[in-house]
Amino acid sequence: MFDSLSNRLSETFKSLRGKGRLTAADIDETLRDIRRSLLDADVALDVVKIFIANVRERALGDEVSKALNPAQQVVQIVNSELVKILGGETRRLQLAKTPPTVIMLAGLQGSGKTTFAAKLANLLKQDSQTPLLVACDLQRPNAVDQLKVLGQKISVPVFAPAEGNGVGNPVEVAKQAIEKAKREQHSVVIVDTAGRTGVDQEMMQQAIDIRNAVAPDELIFVIDSMLGQDAVGVAKAFQDGVGISAVALTKLDGDARGGAALSVATITGAPIIYSSTGESLDAIEVFHPDRMASRILDMGDVLTLIEQAQKTFDQEESKKIAEKIASDQFTLQDFLEQLQQVKKMGSLKGIMGMMPGMGKIKQDLDQFDEKQIDRTQAIIQSMTPLERNQPKVLNGSRRVRIAKGSGTTVTEVNQLMQRFEQSAKVMKSMAKGGPMPGSPFPVAPKKAAKVEKKKGSKSGNPAKRAAENQGISYQPKQSGSSFGL
Amino acid sequence: MFPFLRRNRKSEQVEQVELPTRSITSAIRSLFPKKIELDDLEEILIRADFGAQASEQITGELKQLAKHLGPTEDSALRVLLRDLLTEKLTREDSALNLKGESFPYVFLVVGVNGVGKTTTIGKLAKWLSDGGWHVVIGAADTFRAAAVDQLETWAKRAGAKLVKPQTHGQDPASVAYQAVEQAVTERADIVIIDTAGRLQNKKDLMDELNKITRSIQKQGLVSEVLLVLDATMGQNALSQARAFAEAADVTGIVLTKLDGSAKGGIAYAIQQQLNIPIKLVGVGEGQDDFAFFSPKDFATGLVAN
Repeated sequence: MFDSLSNRLSETFKSLRGKGRLTAADIDETLRDIRRSLLDADVALDVVKIFIANVRERALGDEVSKALNPAQQVVQIVNSELVKILGGETRRLQLAKTPPTVIMLAGLQGSGKTTFAAKLANLLKQDSQTPLLVACDLQRPNAVDQLKVLGQKISVPVFAPAEGNGVGNPVEVAKQAIEKAKREQHSVVIVDTAGRTGVDQEMMQQAIDIRNAVAPDELIFVIDSMLGQDAVGVAKAFQDGVGISAVALTKLDGDARGGAALSVATITGAPIIYSSTGESLDAIEVFHPDRMASRILDMGDVLTLIEQAQKTFDQEESKKIAEKIASDQFTLQDFLEQLQQVKKMGSLKGIMGMMPGMGKIKQDLDQFDEKQIDRTQAIIQSMTPLERNQPKVLNGSRRVRIAKGSGTTVTEVNQLMQRFEQSAKVMKSMAKGGPMPGSPFPVAPKKAAKVEKKKGSKSGNPAKRAAENQGISYQPKQSGSSFGL
Repeated sequence: MFPFLRRNRKSEQVEQVELPTRSITSAIRSLFPKKIELDDLEEILIRADFGAQASEQITGELKQLAKHLGPTEDSALRVLLRDLLTEKLTREDSALNLKGESFPYVFLVVGVNGVGKTTTIGKLAKWLSDGGWHVVIGAADTFRAAAVDQLETWAKRAGAKLVKPQTHGQDPASVAYQAVEQAVTERADIVIIDTAGRLQNKKDLMDELNKITRSIQKQGLVSEVLLVLDATMGQNALSQARAFAEAADVTGIVLTKLDGSAKGGIAYAIQQQLNIPIKLVGVGEGQDDFAFFSPKDFATGLVAN
C-alpha cells in the first residue's frame, strides 16, 4: 500500500539531501511536490491543506534552520505531521465495564463491513473474548448467508433469526441479539448493518434506529481505503448522521493508494482503530498512526512484523525445532512444517511491504510467484516418510518419482535438496554459536540480513532464483523462531 | 451516434445499425451549482477527482482563454469551460469496435471485483439486445460462484444465452471457448466474456488473458478488451487502470458509478494519462442507465447551471 506515495516522497526528499542549508524556496518547492503527491494519492484536499500549512510553519522555523541536518529534520517534521493527521495515538477498542461490549458497524455497501465483522470477531476471539456476530444487514442479497458462512469458518456463533434479502426487522434482531448475548454470556456483540451504494436517508435512519436500540459502546465506521475525494462526503455524512466513535479501513492492499486512510481521521475526528487487507480472515491489524506514517515514508514497520511473527509461530513448535537443529535431527518433515508456519504469516509481498527501504525491491517482487512455496511443499509431500527423515536415501530414481509426483522437474527437486542441506548446515552453526535465547528482538536484525541477500540473489535461471528466494526467505525465519520467540 | 455493422439474420447481408439513443447529461452532477469563480476552479476540479496536475492545467488554460476573450459573465465562462473539456476529452477512437465483418464480435471484460463488472456486462447485453442484436454471454469468472448467478439474472433480462462453467473452478479459457462456439452455432452477433476479478499478480493476469484470447482465436477475433473502473475510486482507479493496461491490451474503458456523489473528473485523468479511450459509462442503478461516453454530454453535465 502507499507504494506510489512512498516512492514519490522519497524522490522529493532525495533532492533535499546534501543541502547544508535550506532556503524558503527549497522548502516551498518540496512542499509543492508533497502536496501534489498527496493529492495524487487521493488525500482529501482539506486535509492536504492543513498538512501543508503545518509542515510549512514548522519547516520555516528554528527547528530546521538550527538543525545539523536540515533535510533530515524536514523528513522528521513530515513524519510527525503524518502521524498527527493519521490520528496521533494508537487507539484501542473500548470494552464495556459490564459485558457484553456492543460494537456496531456502519458504512456504505461494498465497503467490506460483513467481512470486517468476521475478521474483528476472529481477532477478538484470539484475545479470549467470546464474540457473537449479529446479522442486521437484511437488505443486501445473501448478506445474512455470507455472515453465517464466515462465522462458521472462524467458529464464532452468528445470530441470524431473520432470513434477510429484504425480509425482517433489523432493529428487532439487534435488540434480541443483546438479550441473547446477556443470556449466553457473550463478552462482545458485533452488529453488522445494511449499507447502500450511496449515502441516503433511509439507510441513515435505519442505522440510527439500530444505534438507539443497542446503545453501542463502539460505533465503527467501515470505509474502503480506495475511495477518492468522495471519501470526505461519505465520512462526514456518517459522522453527522449516526455519529461514529472509530474508523476501520478496509482493502488497504497492494494497489490501494490509501487516500481515504490519510484523510478520514482528520475529517471525522474519529480515530482509525483497525486496518484490514485481503480476503483472509486473519488479515486485520490494530492501526498504529506512527507505524503507518513510517511505512508511508518507507521507514518500514518492523514492529508489526515482529508482532505478526509472534502471533503466527507456535512457541512449542519452535522450541522443538530448535532442539532438533541443535542435535542435527532437522528433517525435511520439519522443513515442511516450518514452511507452513511461514505461509500463515501471509504473502511474502505483504511481509516485504513492512520492511524499511523496500520500495524498489517490492516492485521486482510483484513478479514473484507465490506458488513457488506451494511447489516446494508439493515436492516434500511427494516424498515417503523415510525420504523425508533421511534425505540421504534420495537416489536418482527416487528423485524422478518425486518430480513426477509433484509436477515439477528433477532439477527443481535437486535444487530444493541443495538448499535444504545448506540451510541445515547454517542453522546448525548458528545453533552452536548463534544469538542467545531471550535476546529482545531476534527477528528484526536477521530480517534485515535477508533483505541484503535478496538483492544479490538474481540468478538468471528462474527456477534457481525462486529456489534462492525460498531458501533465503525461510532460513532466517527458522532460526529466528527457534531462538527468540 | 456511432454506426455499427451487423449481419441481417434473413438476408445474410451486413447492414449498418444504431443502438437506442441515450444521453448521460442529466445523470452528471454539476460542479458549479453556484457562480464559477476562476480563483476557486482549481480546488473544485481537485475535489472532483481531476487530479492535481490536470486541475492546474485546465485552470491555467481557462484563465488564459478568459483573459483573451474577456468574458466575465458566468454563462460565458460555463460555455468556455464546456468547450475546453469537450475538446480535451474528444477522441477518434471512442466508438466500440463493432465494425469488422467477422462475426461474432468478441468482447473480453476485465477489472477487479466490486467495480460493477457483472452489472456492466448485463447492461451492455441488455442494450445490445434492445437494439436487435443477438448476444451470448460467457461466464468465465469461474472463481466467484455468485458471479455466475448474478450474470444469469442479467442474461434472462437481456434475453441472452449464458454459457456457464460446468464445474466450479473450470478453466476460464475453456468457458470462453464454449461461449464462442455457442455463438457460432446460434449465429449470434456478439459474445461478451466475463473474466475473474482478482488475480494475484500481473503475470497471472497476463497468462490467463493470453490463454483466453488464444482459445477465442480458434473460432473468432477479440474485438474489444474492456476494462471496467469505478469512478468513486478517484486517482486509485488510475493506478488500477495502469496495472491492467500493462498486463493486457486494453482497448477501452467502462467507467461505472459516474452518477451520484462521484464527480467523474477521473474520466479526464484516465484519458489524458493513459491514452486509452473511455467507451462506455454507467450512470445509475437502473438497467438502462448505461451509455456511450459522450464528451460533450459529459462536459455539459459538469458545467450545468
